[in-house]
Amino acid sequence: MNTIKKHFWNEYQKEIANDNYYYERSCIRQSFFPGSETAFLKILRDELGKKIIDDQHQHTCTGIGYHSDIVQFDTTMTICARLFSLMSDNELKNFVPSCVTSFGVFTEVVETWNQFPEELEKTRKFLREATGREFKIPENIAHPSDIIYKYRKELKQKMKYQLVNHKTGKPLRVVEHTGCHYGKIFSHHAVGGAEFPQVLAGMIEEWGGEVIDYPERRHCCGFGFRQYLVMANRGYSVANTKKKFESMEEYKPDFVLTNCPGCTMFMDRWQYTIAEMEGKTYDDNGMGIPVLTYEELAGLLLGYNPWDLGLQVHQVQSESLLDKIGIAYDPADKFIGKSGKFIGIPEKPEILKVDYDG
Amino acid sequence: MKNWGFKISKPRVLDFDTANLDAYNRLIEKVPSAHRCLMCGACTATCTANLHTTFNFRNCHLMFRRGQFEGLAEELDKCMLCGKCKLVCPRGVNTRAIIYNLRIVLSDLNYKKIEL
Amino acid sequence: MDKKVLIIGGGPAGIETAYSLALQDVKVVMIEKDANVCGNIQNWEKLFPDFKDAEEVRKILSQKLNHPNIEVITNTEIKNLYPQGNLWFAKNDDERIFEANAALLATGFEVFDAKRKEELGYGIYDNVITSADFEKMYKSRKILTAEGRVPQRIAFLNCVGSRDEKVGNHYCSRVCCINAVKQAIEFKELVPDAKAYCFYMDMRMAGQFYEELYRKSQEKYGVTYIRGRTSEAAVTRDNRIQIKAEDTLSALPMKMTVDLLVLMVGIEASAGTTLLSEQNDVLGLYGFAKPLGLYSEDNMTTKPGLFLAGTCKRPLTLPETLADARSAATDIIKYLKTTK
Ligand SMILES: Cc1cc2nc3c(=O)[nH]c(=O)nc-3n(C[C@H](O)[C@H](O)[C@H](O)COP(=O)(O)OP(=O)(O)OC[C@H]3O[C@@H](n4cnc5c(N)ncnc54)[C@H](O)[C@@H]3O)c2cc1C
Ligand code: SF4
Ligand code: SF4
Ligand code: SF4
Repeated sequence: MNTIKKHFWNEYQKEIANDNYYYERSCIRQSFFPGSETAFLKILRDELGKKIIDDQHQHTCTGIGYHSDIVQFDTTMTICARLFSLMSDNELKNFVPSCVTSFGVFTEVVETWNQFPEELEKTRKFLREATGREFKIPENIAHPSDIIYKYRKELKQKMKYQLVNHKTGKPLRVVEHTGCHYGKIFSHHAVGGAEFPQVLAGMIEEWGGEVIDYPERRHCCGFGFRQYLVMANRGYSVANTKKKFESMEEYKPDFVLTNCPGCTMFMDRWQYTIAEMEGKTYDDNGMGIPVLTYEELAGLLLGYNPWDLGLQVHQVQSESLLDKIGIAYDPADKFIGKSGKFIGIPEKPEILKVDYDG
Repeated sequence: MKNWGFKISKPRVLDFDTANLDAYNRLIEKVPSAHRCLMCGACTATCTANLHTTFNFRNCHLMFRRGQFEGLAEELDKCMLCGKCKLVCPRGVNTRAIIYNLRIVLSDLNYKKIEL
Repeated sequence: MDKKVLIIGGGPAGIETAYSLALQDVKVVMIEKDANVCGNIQNWEKLFPDFKDAEEVRKILSQKLNHPNIEVITNTEIKNLYPQGNLWFAKNDDERIFEANAALLATGFEVFDAKRKEELGYGIYDNVITSADFEKMYKSRKILTAEGRVPQRIAFLNCVGSRDEKVGNHYCSRVCCINAVKQAIEFKELVPDAKAYCFYMDMRMAGQFYEELYRKSQEKYGVTYIRGRTSEAAVTRDNRIQIKAEDTLSALPMKMTVDLLVLMVGIEASAGTTLLSEQNDVLGLYGFAKPLGLYSEDNMTTKPGLFLAGTCKRPLTLPETLADARSAATDIIKYLKTTK
């Protein structure tokens, strides 16, 4: 990377709170990538010694409904306000939404209130009438990937592994994909801005890997709400994912790193769909390119058990990646759940290769 | 009727004297910024639907301006209303509102009805 | 005449006015912030539309400053310009004060900072350059990629920073269309086998000989013009640049990979223009200075004794700037004759 590039990205820095966070969970991540949120809480509490509240009273931010025009903005504002009131109940001021869509929604809501104070008053009234609650606007809204980015150096000190091929000593080549709603709504709320976000790239570089800059780097992952949620548009969704993979293929990435539930989901699962529809995979071995969340990656490098991180429920299997980094794992443990019970083995796809017998 | 072995060709001229150019005013009432479009195509270049289907927003808008309504509603239905086009427009045209309102106007003109 | 005029800015406009005034026996103090005079044309190699060597023009202009009535002060940036009674005063940071009977703002323009159009990747991708960078390269008669290769495909993007609501500039910068034609020809002369493309929204060829040059670029040099505004640029594996646009005339979305992408940057008011105009309540649109009227009052302002010349008012070509400067001199002399 040349120096101008670095300088340019640095113009977009944002404030990220140091400690005392209110965690707002995602609606979908716990079923798609069940280890990620737990890993984040563990990293913050055990590795970084931070205080973060995981509140059982929380609920949706309406993001998916809002972006598919089912939920009106007034409703969205009021529901976000209730979440803020829960944060206020805990006497916290730093709001940390797990999902990038939620992050976009919260920043949009707060920005709306800043620019149109009458909307804020209206929301206060709605919330009061519906629930009798009051709320304060968070002093800081940061995405969990912002926090990991902020402490990437501290975490590196504690890491057992690096993003390096342990046999060749060469850095791993990583595609980073930042969710659109992280920086494309308000570029000044994104580390590195909208066009060239630095949040994931910064982690990759700090932890020893190499970021791949490919032509469709900024293109949507393919989720795009309307593209996926409306069955008639679903073809666009896969088409966009395909476009990205076609563009990155020749760079031979070792894996894809994302910070948004939708992106992780679609870049992972559509590889299966494309394989089954067209017989095409984008790696040399027909196994697909692993797609990880930043929490999973941090956890792996910190030496957490891959199966505790939930890597077995990804579509594209990650053993090849673990082998490259030199991470020890027990294949026999793969489908033994946290409770010690066998969780079942998924059906084997017809074309996409996996290293289990389903 | 007698088969002459040849036909009288229909005119293919864009006839500004007979085309319904007034329908455009109904769009302008709802979306005044539509007037500002200079047909540069930045919106189409960035549009995902355009990359994968025959849909071309700029061209649909132009055809409507010219009073050419045939097949337009079907084309417009390919838009996802994602609003990406709005981000790149150098003239600040409210592209998404154009698409939305075009469908309503076309429906009123009996081109592919929508229930509202 | 026992009168003195302060000229702020030693570009073409400042120099030409200074010389016209000096010929009429008016004393001139011309203050330039840079070490050298001639302003922005120091950065151009050959001029449109006749490919005249810019160095020749610079020589002619610089010689004009040898007139005994003209005092040139360089390395001095004016930060403060104000009237007191019938006199005008200008100050720099060191509180050095200049005094005269009238003042001329000739503080000119700055090229648009292409980094602001982030999606085009200037300052990020090695092979994205601006038209101003092109001029610098052309000095050595070598247009090369960052890797030192001869480009086989080059694209010029018009209207970068102009006619764009997203950067707040609605206006047309006037010089960049014809400059793209000029640079495309210069490139094709160096690399005849290469392909040159120009992406435009409208080709504005209103100056004398512009249309002829446009025509020649197509006929003789095979430059291809594509009507479509580029929405984004990205880098490919071999460090080339991939651009996306709509080819509006075929109504198809297109993409193209080029070895070198040249952004035709527009004209924006210089910082000095905006600052000094603001101080004197003559700030017009987009940070440019505002003349009293569009017709016969185009060099005057609402402030008696404060005059304007050149691109501090709006985008102008060099001949237009020079004509405007001479017209400013006429108005200034009229003013000096009628005021104490
Ligand atoms: C890319 C490009 C290529 C061009 N090529 C051509 C061409 O080929 N042919 C052509 O006819 N035209 C060309 N032009 C236009 C031409 O450059 C202008 O018409 C001309 O430079 C205008 O002269 P000016 O004196 O008004 O302004 P400038 O050239 O900008 O000069 C203004 C001067 O004022 C000084 N100044 C500013 N603020 C202060 C201050 N506060 N105190 C003291 N000094 C100050 C500046 O340092 C500068 O020297 C081109 C323009 C661009 C953008
Ligand atoms: S980007 Fe804007 S001005 Fe250009 S064609 Fe689209 S709507 Fe019209
Ligand atoms: S709103 Fe419609 S026309 Fe605009 S970019 Fe999205 S799909 Fe394309
Ligand atoms: S001169 Fe041409 S390139 Fe420059 S702003 Fe005007 S239309 Fe655009």
